[in-house]
Amino acid sequence: MRAILFLVRKEFLQIVRDRATLAQLLFIPFAQLIILSNAATFTIRDTHVVIVDQDRTATSRALAARLEGGRQFLVERVTSSPAEAERELIERRASMVVHIPPRFEQQLVRQRAATLQLSVNAEEGAVAGLSAGYAQRIILDFANDQSATLGVAMRAAGEAAGAAETTVLAPSRRGVLEVRPQQWFNVTRNYKHYMVPAILVSLITIIGTLVTAQNVAREREIGTLEQLNVSPISKMQFIVGKLLPAWLTGMLLFVVGLAAGRLLFGIPLRGPVWLVVVGAGVYLTVALGIGLFISTVTRTQQQTMFVAFFVLMIYLLMSGMFTPLESMPQWAQYVAAATPVRHFVWVMRAVLVRGGGVETVWREIAGLGVAGVAVLALAVRQYHKTTE
Amino acid sequence: MSAPSAFRGFLVKEVRHILRDWQTLLVLMGMPLAQVLLFGYAVRSDVRNINLAIVEPQPDAATASLRARFEGSSGTYRFVGTFANVAQLESRFKDGTVRQAVVLPMRFAERLDRGERVQVQVITDGADPNSGGIMESDALAVLRRWDAARGGARPALRIDVAARMRFNPTLESVNLFVPGLIAFVLTIVSAMMTAITIVREKELGTMEMLLVSPLRPRQVVIGKVAPYVLLGFLDVVIVLTAAQLVFHVPFRGSVTLLLAESVLFIVTSLSMGIVISTNASSQRVAMMAAIAMTMLPTLLLSGFIFPIAALPWPLQALSNVVPARWFIVIVRGIMLKGAGFADLWHETLILAGITAFLLTVGVRRLAVRLG
Repeated sequence: MRAILFLVRKEFLQIVRDRATLAQLLFIPFAQLIILSNAATFTIRDTHVVIVDQDRTATSRALAARLEGGRQFLVERVTSSPAEAERELIERRASMVVHIPPRFEQQLVRQRAATLQLSVNAEEGAVAGLSAGYAQRIILDFANDQSATLGVAMRAAGEAAGAAETTVLAPSRRGVLEVRPQQWFNVTRNYKHYMVPAILVSLITIIGTLVTAQNVAREREIGTLEQLNVSPISKMQFIVGKLLPAWLTGMLLFVVGLAAGRLLFGIPLRGPVWLVVVGAGVYLTVALGIGLFISTVTRTQQQTMFVAFFVLMIYLLMSGMFTPLESMPQWAQYVAAATPVRHFVWVMRAVLVRGGGVETVWREIAGLGVAGVAVLALAVRQYHKTTE
Repeated sequence: MSAPSAFRGFLVKEVRHILRDWQTLLVLMGMPLAQVLLFGYAVRSDVRNINLAIVEPQPDAATASLRARFEGSSGTYRFVGTFANVAQLESRFKDGTVRQAVVLPMRFAERLDRGERVQVQVITDGADPNSGGIMESDALAVLRRWDAARGGARPALRIDVAARMRFNPTLESVNLFVPGLIAFVLTIVSAMMTAITIVREKELGTMEMLLVSPLRPRQVVIGKVAPYVLLGFLDVVIVLTAAQLVFHVPFRGSVTLLLAESVLFIVTSLSMGIVISTNASSQRVAMMAAIAMTMLPTLLLSGFIFPIAALPWPLQALSNVVPARWFIVIVRGIMLKGAGFADLWHETLILAGITAFLLTVGVRRLAVRLG
């Protein structure tokens, strides 16, 4: 036990003495938390739009005004030339072109239906879908509103044409289906509330895994690992002594980060907070264990870093942090299930955002615990006190 | 020994250095390939396989046909089951086994037949507002189609919107992903490797040896980074080949232009690596700096995953000095839009400007350090 304490003390002294390390551990994570939380968003305002108005009637102008009216779209210009709009789209001055064809109003009045075209720059995938969806909603609303104003015109047109068909607005005899959408857990649709918990996880993961992996690889490269190897501490003591300081630092970061997230971004804390803290403790054991394991199978700092980065990339992109898990093919979901990040990100969101309790997440946390023990056992086995 | 042949000797030493460490080399070549394959298949931003529940307190013909309609839209929904009331769903929403629920009223068919106004509720897990929004509009669309099929009330006016997704009609994630991945891989290979390899010589003390050699500081720098230009270039070729062969990513523009721009970006990244290396005292510091200054900006402030337009303005301003932001526009332009140099000279110029700046600063600082 005393041997472990000495090792822990040595590690902490190394951290505190080295300004660069200290700065890394304290400053970078928070700068990242703030930048990441603001950067990780798909919510776009001010999508630049060009409107090709070949109809030039009161209706087409009203539609243009309606699009401009929301906070979503910024109408760059209204033109009558499709070629000009195309150029704007290719040169990225506009992200969307709304094409109102000739005789748009006339068709609306006569046939009660008209078509218009929407071209979206899909270079930025998810955004294109969202922008198109948003525009469609505005146009749908517009159509509903216009029924009232144009209703009069329609009746007039109908009479002018000598038709007795004025029953356009008559209710159907087959009942009316009224759909009421409702979103749970994030009424304000604040993307940060969803992302910040995940970003916190990614931060302690990056710091934990990289720092641990690097720490051992570095001691090996500069030769001080030999000194530890010839000292009378056991493998287990060595590993605990290496991990404990990193674990404590990670926990400190996590708790401070959680508080910062609450104060700066107002992330919800719907479930019991102690539960995520316990979860973080268990999770960090796995994350650090993996870092340690990486360092035992590589030789130089360079190699260590590459393997660590590869693992981190998988963590970041396949853990459901940024993209929905369910959309991935089945095999990829299995890969994701093998990463600890996927489980802890899920725990964070389930507890903080959805207000889940012990009964919701105990399985995940228990699973992480088992994984932690397994990874540590593996790292201990893999670590050799002798050099070949 | 004359300076040119000394330089040649140094270059040979550097190349051997890299070739001898075949493990690192394998990682450098294999990692990008693995990433394209893994993420090309796995990372999707569309919403599929939604766990859907239907609350039907009183099943009848109408609820059955509506349920069939949801079950029929294959790929989008994974039907969890039917429930008698909403209260049963609470815990299932919390643990994610249900993401969306359609709540039907009592006597659904009967009331519709009598011409009443019937309310249907669609509850969506909005924890993630993006997929929440998409799930919601998907469900509303299914309900509308069902309503139209049964001959329900039509809106008085209909404006049909024909939406065309330009340059990537199917919104294929991999098409968007590959340009970003190239930037990311190059940042790692060029910026980080350069920084580390220079700092390593400093840390191990072998830099001193290079200093007493007849090489000029500039030659030391060039000799150090030249092999990595080649490695980076090979990585670009690997990523592009894999993307083309496996995922049939479109290649609408000129390949030569794309490769030329890649070389420019490799030099940019190398310059960043040099700048970092002059400021870092140890490999550890160099690595952390490389993460903070190159990797994360490339992931987050470049439009790779999150669109630039969505950033708050201070970050948008910051993104202008992130080289990957310009490079990604260039690569997407060439690959997806078939853009030529005439369309991209603006971005290229900015990238070249950043490169020139970094290179000047880096080489000068390094020269001062070494001299």
